[in-house]
Amino acid sequence: MTGTFQEKVAVLQGVTYAYNSHPVLENVDLTVHAGDFAAVIGPNGGGKTTLLKLLLGLLKPQRGTVALFEAPPGKTAHRVGYVPQDAHMNRFFPLTVLEMTLMGRLGPGRLFRGYSARDVKAAEEALDRMEMLPYRRARLDELSGGQRQRVFIARALASEPDALFLDEPASGVDSAGQKDLYSHLKELNDRMTILVVTHDLLVLATYVKSVVCVNRSVIHHGAPEVTHDMLRLGYQCPVELLAHGHLPHRVLPLHGEKDRG
Amino acid sequence: MERKTVGEWLQLSFVQNALAACVLASLLCGIVGTYVVANRMAYLAGGVAHAAYGGVGLAFFFKIPPMVGILGFTWAAATIMGALSLRERHRSDTVISVLWAFGMAFGVLLVDLTPGYGADLMSYLFGSILTVSRPSLAAMGLLTLGVLLCTTLFHKELVAVSYDEHFARVRGLPVTAFYLTLIGTIALTVVVLVRVVGLILVIALLTIAPYIAEKHSRSLQGMMFRAVLYNIVFGMIGLGLSIALNVTSGAAIICVASVGYFVSLALGALKQKRRHEPPHV
Repeated sequence: MTGTFQEKVAVLQGVTYAYNSHPVLENVDLTVHAGDFAAVIGPNGGGKTTLLKLLLGLLKPQRGTVALFEAPPGKTAHRVGYVPQDAHMNRFFPLTVLEMTLMGRLGPGRLFRGYSARDVKAAEEALDRMEMLPYRRARLDELSGGQRQRVFIARALASEPDALFLDEPASGVDSAGQKDLYSHLKELNDRMTILVVTHDLLVLATYVKSVVCVNRSVIHHGAPEVTHDMLRLGYQCPVELLAHGHLPHRVLPLHGEKDRG
Repeated sequence: MERKTVGEWLQLSFVQNALAACVLASLLCGIVGTYVVANRMAYLAGGVAHAAYGGVGLAFFFKIPPMVGILGFTWAAATIMGALSLRERHRSDTVISVLWAFGMAFGVLLVDLTPGYGADLMSYLFGSILTVSRPSLAAMGLLTLGVLLCTTLFHKELVAVSYDEHFARVRGLPVTAFYLTLIGTIALTVVVLVRVVGLILVIALLTIAPYIAEKHSRSLQGMMFRAVLYNIVFGMIGLGLSIALNVTSGAAIICVASVGYFVSLALGALKQKRRHEPPHV
């Protein structure tokens, strides 16, 4: 919501990250400016989630520097609304939609205090924006995948963030739900920077402003069009891509053996 | 053995103590167990409880007060398990298994090596709620109060950390501190209860009732309330059976709780089936 287009939301410089000496990202540079709507794409295990976690300070790089809003992520991560992968959550956790959304109002200086009326109002507004307010008393496992994702986004919005980082928000969501989700994101992009990890660019291509290809290295494309480098880097699997222009065209790389994206 | 009426039984001080222990253990385990189940840490709790036997051995071998030995060893084992599972939550089961097995083996070895009176392993596995002492009751009461206080003070943070550790971290909450405190509390619960109800019963009280409660609750508080209630019901029925049939109290309570668990599973399946009979719109 703040800053000009010139403000740098996220900057990676020479970042290397390895899990048990198995490199996931190597010598990566990336700059995301305020106002961007960037899709982070790449094969599974290519480092998309790792990239997001590095930006949020959830992981520390072995080499290189990470800056979030031009400061170390530990100091600024609270300015980001984070939407983690749904799959890692306990589906049967006893929690209502409203209580879940209120988590977005938590912060380090707020220990010992209950939620205020203002917190509840902010959470309800966020739910309303995602059209989930009527469900505020529902239990999370009573919702569909798409509805649950909208609540996750509402929780992130409840913190009144300057940027939104989403990790595979469309997984487990049917295609109508996906379109719905992305049009919500497009609307939100008027007010905040958005970084979304996905592995289907098909739906996303019409919404995003830039594409970040992650596969151990990172290439950032200013416009969502398909280049040879993107394909070489991003995909070892058959995939459909919609590109620039009015006529969408499909690109199916031939060198893929894996059948899952 | 002459037969007594229920009223006569209730006048015996050891029965009163046992009932008090049962209620306190139900409260403590219902609250702590809710976090255990919601965090999917039942296996870790099992590891902590079993590793406690290493502390029993330690106390016997070095002739230190059992509580000190058990507390020290259990806490250390719990912290190692907690720290490692925090780093790799999905691959912590191996470390937990190792510490689980090691704790028990270490305890048995140390008891073997201690000259003289051998500790009765069974009494630590299943406890002896019918011989619970007043100081034990006091310790349980104190811990229950402490846990209640922490749960009330940090309720919303604990919910967030339990549900979604990463989001909580991004919000700037001290997730590691909360997590290790939670595991420390599990250790403390095990230590306080191991002499009373035995470590197997501790695991049962920590997991079975909260698990049944989870499905029907809309909040962690609701789940705690139900879990405590179920624990008390299981405990009372189990105790009654134990006295009436003259069988081991801990085992009786566990069997009652397990029956409760299977009944809830069956009821859940039945409900699911009925819901799906008319075409879903």
